Amino acid sequence: MSKRVPEEQYKKTFSFRFHQWLNGTKDPYLDTVELRPQEEPKQTDEDLEQEAKQRIIREERAYNLEHNAQARLFSKLYRYFAVIMCISLALVLLTGVSYLPKFGLMEHPTNNEVPARYIEQGLQETGAINIVTGMILDYRAFDTLGESHVLFIATCTVLILLRVDKKKERESESNNDRVYEPKNDVILQTVAKYLVPFIEIFGIYVILGGHLGPGGGFSGGAICGAGLILYLNAFGFAKTEKFFTGKTYKAMCFGALACYSLAKTYSFFTGANHLHSVIPLGTPGAILSSGLILILDICVGLVVAGTMYTFYVMFRKGDY
Amino acid sequence: MQLFMNIMLGFLLVCAIAVSLSKNLLNSILIYMSFSLVMSIIWILLESPDLAITEAAVGAGVTSVLFIITLKKIHAIIKTDKEEEDDE
Repeated sequence: MSKRVPEEQYKKTFSFRFHQWLNGTKDPYLDTVELRPQEEPKQTDEDLEQEAKQRIIREERAYNLEHNAQARLFSKLYRYFAVIMCISLALVLLTGVSYLPKFGLMEHPTNNEVPARYIEQGLQETGAINIVTGMILDYRAFDTLGESHVLFIATCTVLILLRVDKKKERESESNNDRVYEPKNDVILQTVAKYLVPFIEIFGIYVILGGHLGPGGGFSGGAICGAGLILYLNAFGFAKTEKFFTGKTYKAMCFGALACYSLAKTYSFFTGANHLHSVIPLGTPGAILSSGLILILDICVGLVVAGTMYTFYVMFRKGDY
Repeated sequence: MQLFMNIMLGFLLVCAIAVSLSKNLLNSILIYMSFSLVMSIIWILLESPDLAITEAAVGAGVTSVLFIITLKKIHAIIKTDKEEEDDE
């Protein structure tokens, strides 16, 4: 049975002080430290003049090379040591490179059974004519999944670092945004009007043709993102925000990454358990072939295009 | 073809040294852009067009644009004295 304790006695107990400390209701500096508002420093015109004089004297002492032997020596030695440092670094790196095997010889350690397998059976196993895409999106798709996530994390970091939070600052930033450049440049707008569709179509072609020829998700996505940046530069934020905002980016990125993860989970599951995958490889050379590679390419392309564009917007405005 | 390759590698060296020696930051970025373009030509000569496309799009395009926008943000794109005299 608990017994009632008077308040004054309770205030002396450990549990009371512990509760105070836990809740933060007690100010530990109250009654122990003398608190006084800081006095405003008084500055007369004479003081200011003296300060300015002293600053000039200091600067002359520090930066006047004629009377400062130390600074003169330092500035001379700095150059010599910089050159020596660069040359020695280049020498070290070149020595390292000289131990590498020559370019494109048969007896390389890299010419083992792994590339042989990729080259001989890559087409049968992945259905992709472009061996590189077959490698990065089928044999090593797990690495590519990691890379896409790295891109997404990089965007998140840029968002954290560059996002302008307060509404007032945001408004002034977006107002100042186009102060320094000509608004509605006719040449830029005309060029962009005719060029952007072709850039976008080329980007989409590179993404979709990743398994048939050179290209793939990353390069195609970068081209698409660059086209979007050109459009934004020509026509301003008002037009791009009609179809691409922060919400669009988040939804797009999340959807693409989730789709990638699900598709790869399925293929890992069937591959690890020796099950037969229901996704047909198709005839090599057709656009709808090579199993999951086309879908994965589109996912990577979406993530990369959005990321490039978001980087640009974050650097420029700080917010969508 | 070997000669062309050597010329391109020479360009790479020239660009790499010019980037570090250029006083103007904007010039440095433009030279870096041309470095990326030369690099993408070399990728094609080395028979890896995948890398060439990526290098041209990312190295010469997006990265340089990000650099330039950063320079503009920190007000590092300034006119030299000569240009200002010309304007006046």
